[in-house]
Amino acid sequence: VNELLLAIADDELVFGWRDSEWTGIAPMLEEDVALSSIAQNEIGHARALYQLLSEDADALAFDRAPEEYRCSQLVELRFVPDWARTIARRVLYEAADELRLEALKGSADAAVAGLAAKIDREEAYHRMHAEMWRDRLRAEPRFNEALAELWPYALGLVEPGQRTELEARFDLGGAEPVERGAHAEGWPELWEEMTMVRRSIPGAGW
Amino acid sequence: VIFEVFRQERKGVAFEHAGSVAAPDEAFARAYAHEQYGRRGESVALWVVPRGSILEVEDFVDELNNNYHRVDGYSLKAKLAEARERAATSDR
Repeated sequence: VNELLLAIADDELVFGWRDSEWTGIAPMLEEDVALSSIAQNEIGHARALYQLLSEDADALAFDRAPEEYRCSQLVELRFVPDWARTIARRVLYEAADELRLEALKGSADAAVAGLAAKIDREEAYHRMHAEMWRDRLRAEPRFNEALAELWPYALGLVEPGQRTELEARFDLGGAEPVERGAHAEGWPELWEEMTMVRRSIPGAGW
Repeated sequence: VIFEVFRQERKGVAFEHAGSVAAPDEAFARAYAHEQYGRRGESVALWVVPRGSILEVEDFVDELNNNYHRVDGYSLKAKLAEARERAATSDR
C-alpha cells in the first residue's frame, strides 16, 4: 500500500507542478485562476499523502534522486503552450484518479481511507472542471488527437485491475499501457527545477 | 458573457455583490465563480447571474425637490428631542 501511496503522491506533486506552469499565461484570466488553484490543490494532496508516509514530508517530496520518483510519465510531460493536451491530460487523469481514490476509500487503514475521502471531495471539483472542458472541446480534432495520444499513459496510471473500468469510461479502445518506472524525457530537467531551491542550502529550515 | 456574482457569507444573511466573472457559458460561469469567490471559504452560497438578465433602474427624477419622499428629508432627531422635551414637561 505504501508503494501505491507514494506513486499517487508523486503523481499529484508532479501534475500540480506541470499545471502550475500555466499560471499567468492561461487562455483566459478566469481559467488562469481556476487551473492554478487546481494545481495548488494537487500539490496539497501530495503533501497530505507524503505526511502519511513520513515524518518529514519535505524530504520525501524533494530529497530523492530523480530515478526514485514513482510518478507516471503522463504527469511528467510538458504541454505548455498546448491547451488541447493540457485539458486531455486533466480529463484522463481525473477519471483515473477517481477510480484509485474509490479503491483507497475502502482501505482497511482508517487514516488512508479518511484521507482518500477528503481528497476525493476536492477532486469532485476538479472533475467538474475537466468535464466542462471536455464538453466544450468534444468536437475539436486537436483535443481528440490528444486524448488518443495520452490514452496509453492514462492506462498506466491505475493498477492493472482497474484498467477495464477506465477503458469503459472512454471510447478509446485497448492500448499497451505505459507503466511506471521509466521516466519521460523532460523529467530530469523538471526534477532539477523542482528541487533546485531545496538543494541550494541542504538541511536548511524554511 | 459577463456574469455578476453575489455571495452569501453565512447562512441566513443577505447576498451581496462580490464582483463578476467572464465565462463562455453557465457551466464555466459556475466553476469560475466557485473559484474566484468561494475557494477560500469566504462564501456559503453564490448567485451567478448573466449581466444581461439584471434589470437596472437608475432614473430618479426629483424636479420639485419633494424631500419628504427621502430619508434625509425628514429629520427625526429634532422631532424626537422636541417630543422628549414635551414628555418631560408634562411629567411635572
